Amino acid sequence: MKRRILHKHPLAIRWFHWVNFPVLGIMIWSGLLIYWAYDPYKIQLGDWTLVSFFPDGFYKALKLSRRLAEGMAWHFVFMWIFLLNGLLYVGYTFISGEWRHLVPGRNSFREAIHVTLYDLGLRKDQPPFIKYNGAQKIAYFSIMLMGVGSVLTGYAIYKPTQFYWLTALMGGYKTARLIHFALTIGYVLFFVIHIGQVIRAGWQNFQSMVTGFEVVKSNDPERPVMTDVTPEPGPTDDPAPTEPRPDSTPLQPALS
Amino acid sequence: MKATNEPDLPESDLPESVIRRRTLKAFGWFALASVVPVGVYTWIQNSPNLAGIRKPLRKVLDVNEDIASTYFSSNHLVRTYPVEAAARVPRVNGFDGLRTPLPDDWKLQIDRQGSNGEPQEPLLLTMDDVKALPRQELVYDFKCVEGWSQIQHWSGVRFSDFMERYQLGTRSGKAPSPDTTDDLYKFVGMETPDKGYYVGIDMESAMHPQTLLAYELNGEPINNQHGAPVRLLIPHKYGVKNLKRIGRIFFSDTRPRDFWAERGYDYYLGL
Repeated sequence: MKRRILHKHPLAIRWFHWVNFPVLGIMIWSGLLIYWAYDPYKIQLGDWTLVSFFPDGFYKALKLSRRLAEGMAWHFVFMWIFLLNGLLYVGYTFISGEWRHLVPGRNSFREAIHVTLYDLGLRKDQPPFIKYNGAQKIAYFSIMLMGVGSVLTGYAIYKPTQFYWLTALMGGYKTARLIHFALTIGYVLFFVIHIGQVIRAGWQNFQSMVTGFEVVKSNDPERPVMTDVTPEPGPTDDPAPTEPRPDSTPLQPALS
Repeated sequence: MKATNEPDLPESDLPESVIRRRTLKAFGWFALASVVPVGVYTWIQNSPNLAGIRKPLRKVLDVNEDIASTYFSSNHLVRTYPVEAAARVPRVNGFDGLRTPLPDDWKLQIDRQGSNGEPQEPLLLTMDDVKALPRQELVYDFKCVEGWSQIQHWSGVRFSDFMERYQLGTRSGKAPSPDTTDDLYKFVGMETPDKGYYVGIDMESAMHPQTLLAYELNGEPINNQHGAPVRLLIPHKYGVKNLKRIGRIFFSDTRPRDFWAERGYDYYLGL
C-alpha cells in the first residue's frame, strides 16, 4: 500500500540542527563556568531580587565552581564550530530558498497570536501554513538572529581592543557581556518551550527532524488528507489568510 | 492563491515498506552520529594535560593565538577615558609574588645577552632611571580574566621607550627599531623579586604604545598591593598578565613560563 509523504526537512537542515544541539550545549556549559567567576546579574523589582543569576546551590549542583580556566578553554575551542555551523546554516537557507519557510511575513504576527490562542485552547482552529506557522517562523527566525547576536557580542568581549569598533557597536564591554549572557538565558527558555512543543506535536513531527519526511495519514482528524484539487478562492476581496483551506497542510502545535 | 511566496513542500507517494526502510536507515545514521559528540567529549576529557588543560584544548588555544596575532595591530588602542571617570578605590585582586616584603635593596634587573647569546652583566636600574623616561598617563577600562572591568588611572613610562633607551630586547644589542623587527626577541619574561609570580608576553604586545611600566595610580605612587614600586600595565591583555612589583625582566625566543598559563589559562590572553 502506498502512502503519501511530505518532504519536510532537507538533509543539510537536519545536520545543522543536530550539530548545533551538543555544540550549543557545550557553549552554554562552558559559558556558565566562565560566568561563575563574575556573576553580578539579577532581575530586581525595586530592592527586591526576583531572580539572581545564580544562587550558590545552582553552581554547586551543576559543579560549575572554580573552573574558569577550563570554561574559557572549552568556550574558545567550540566557538569555532558554533560559528561555522551557524554560517553554513544561514548560507544554506539563503542558497536553497529555505529562507522562504523561515522569514516571518506580513501576516506572521497576527498568525502567531492566533496560533498561541489555539495552543492555549482558546481557539478551535489554527491558521493554515505550509512548513511553519507564524509563531514558528518568528521563533526560528529570532533564534537565528540571537545566534548572530551571540557571535557578535562574543567577539566584542573576546577581543575588545582589536575589535574596538565591534565592542563599541555592541554598546561597550560591559553591555556586550550582559547581552551575551541574556541571549544564553534566551536559548535556555527557547529550549524548554521547544522541547514542550515537540512533545505536544508528537512522534511524526519529531521523527521528521531525523528522517526528513512526515507520513501523511488518511482518516486522521488532526491531519486532513491532502487533495490534489486546490479550490479557487471565491470572488470575495478578503484573502482570508486566517481561514483554513480545505486542503490545509498538517496541523501541529507551534514552535515544534 | 497564496498570501506569501512560500513554496509548497514536495510530496511523494511511496510504498510502506520503502518508508519503513528509510526511517530505519535514518535512525541508524542518527544513532551512529550521536556517538560522535560523546566520543569527542570523552577523548578530550581523557587526554593528558598540557600546562593545566586538556591537550586538544591547549592546541586550539595556541591556534587561536596564531589567528589573533594576524589581526593584532599596535594601531588598535584601548579606549581611554577622562581622569574623572577613574575609580577612586581601584580593585585589588591577587597577592601571588607579593607575599614577602619588598627587598630593601630592590633594583629593576634586566638580563642581557651578547649577540653571540652569551649572558652579560645584568642591567640594574633604580626608580629614578625608570622615571627619567617620558611620563605617560593612561585612563582605561582594566579587564580582569574573571569578567569584571574597572576604569583606572595609571601613569608610567612606555615599555617601548624603555627598551629603546636601554637598548633592550634585540639580539644585536642595539635599540629596537621598526625597520629591524627581526632583530627582536619573540618574548619578554617578567617575574617578581621572590619569583612567586611570573608572566610571559609576546613581543608585539609588549611593544604596543599603551604598554607601560607603571609607577603611579591615581597620581600617587603605587602601593604595595597594587605592585610597588613598578609594575607592568598591558591594557590589551587581561589583568593576570599585568605583573606587579617587577623584579627581573628578560627576553627570549621561547615562551617564558607564565603563572596562570601553567594553571590552565590561555598563554596569550590578548584582548
